[in-house]
Amino acid sequence: MKKKSWKSIPEGGIITTPGNSLKFKTGDWKTHYPEWNKEKCIQCLRCHFLCPEGAIKVKNGKVVGIDLDYCKGCGICADECPVKAIVMKKVGENGSD
Amino acid sequence: MNLKQLASKEERFVSGHRLCPGCAAPIIVRLTLKAIKQAVVVATATGCLEVSSTIFPYTSWRVPWIHNAFENAAATISGVEACYRALKRQGKIRKEIKFVAFGGDGGTYDIGLQSLSGALERGHDFLYVCYDNEAYMNTGIQRSSATPMGAWTNTSQVGSAQLGKKEHMKDLTSIVAAHNIPYVAQATPANYLDLMRKVEKGVSIKGPAFINVLSPCPRGWRFPHNKTIKIAQLAVDTCFWPLYEVENGVYKINFDPGKNKKPIREWILSQGRYKHLWKNRGFIREIQEFVDRRWERLKQLSSMG
Repeated sequence: MKKKSWKSIPEGGIITTPGNSLKFKTGDWKTHYPEWNKEKCIQCLRCHFLCPEGAIKVKNGKVVGIDLDYCKGCGICADECPVKAIVMKKVGENGSD
Repeated sequence: MNLKQLASKEERFVSGHRLCPGCAAPIIVRLTLKAIKQAVVVATATGCLEVSSTIFPYTSWRVPWIHNAFENAAATISGVEACYRALKRQGKIRKEIKFVAFGGDGGTYDIGLQSLSGALERGHDFLYVCYDNEAYMNTGIQRSSATPMGAWTNTSQVGSAQLGKKEHMKDLTSIVAAHNIPYVAQATPANYLDLMRKVEKGVSIKGPAFINVLSPCPRGWRFPHNKTIKIAQLAVDTCFWPLYEVENGVYKINFDPGKNKKPIREWILSQGRYKHLWKNRGFIREIQEFVDRRWERLKQLSSMG
């Protein structure tokens, strides 16, 4: 985002576009990334509720994938998955991510 | 709403915030906003959550959000709520809106206590959620009145004069319950269904509601950031942080580990902030006695019905 001068900043420093932090990708923070195995997944949605970033994407009540643009690689999802359908892998291994 | 509907609901606290990896605060906020069906207005006290979710020109909130000062999240939201009531009476607003305030333990236990107490006493219709990470994490881990005994922080150092914090933590949930408000509860993000049920109950009840949520902090408590939820569960299993609610003065324990109650030693061994106590049996016994005493008292209160 281009830096604004004080003249163009709204009065009171109010942010007028709700949820615009989506433009700020936090995905590059991670050293490990989660890999989701669709076959193993039992769709308990535990990872979705416990993800601090809301990076576990759900459509029509089912997990459809992990948004690595925002995932900070904390590993809570992999640690909490009851069937080990998510495993953490090091960034850069096998040329991934 | 069932689990699938809750999960499919649009996020009201979106990605791109800059809280640490493994932080429990965004989990608590996401779950809280998910559990509320109606439109919602949020006020936040100064703290990790506030500074990391609204770094100009970005915001992670998809709901009307207001921050005023450290000490007055409850006073601010009660003003917003009073304004809403006035506009509704005049017929200028018809929509049903719920009001939620978030504060850390600093903004709730210490600095914001009098404004919270005032708002509770005046009986405003709002929900206050405290995410209790047991120290001033935002400014670099200083002790607060929520810090448990024996824990290291930057202002409760470990040495020959003292072993971490010398005093026991304050029991804020009981202090709030003493205001005789309709709903008070204690929760953790590990028991997310319990937390969402409590939020739903808190906003549906007319009058003030308060939920104290334990928020494990990987940085300040010194544990690996994938263990946040495991640690929160351990707090429940050791009865360090019992899950209970007080509805119109009636205590109810939501989860009783019974015979599976774990010794506090496991809780202490799980975190680096207690590292100096790992071999200090006497100190651990003292903490165990404190936890047991509180748990027994809670059981007695809940048995009175």
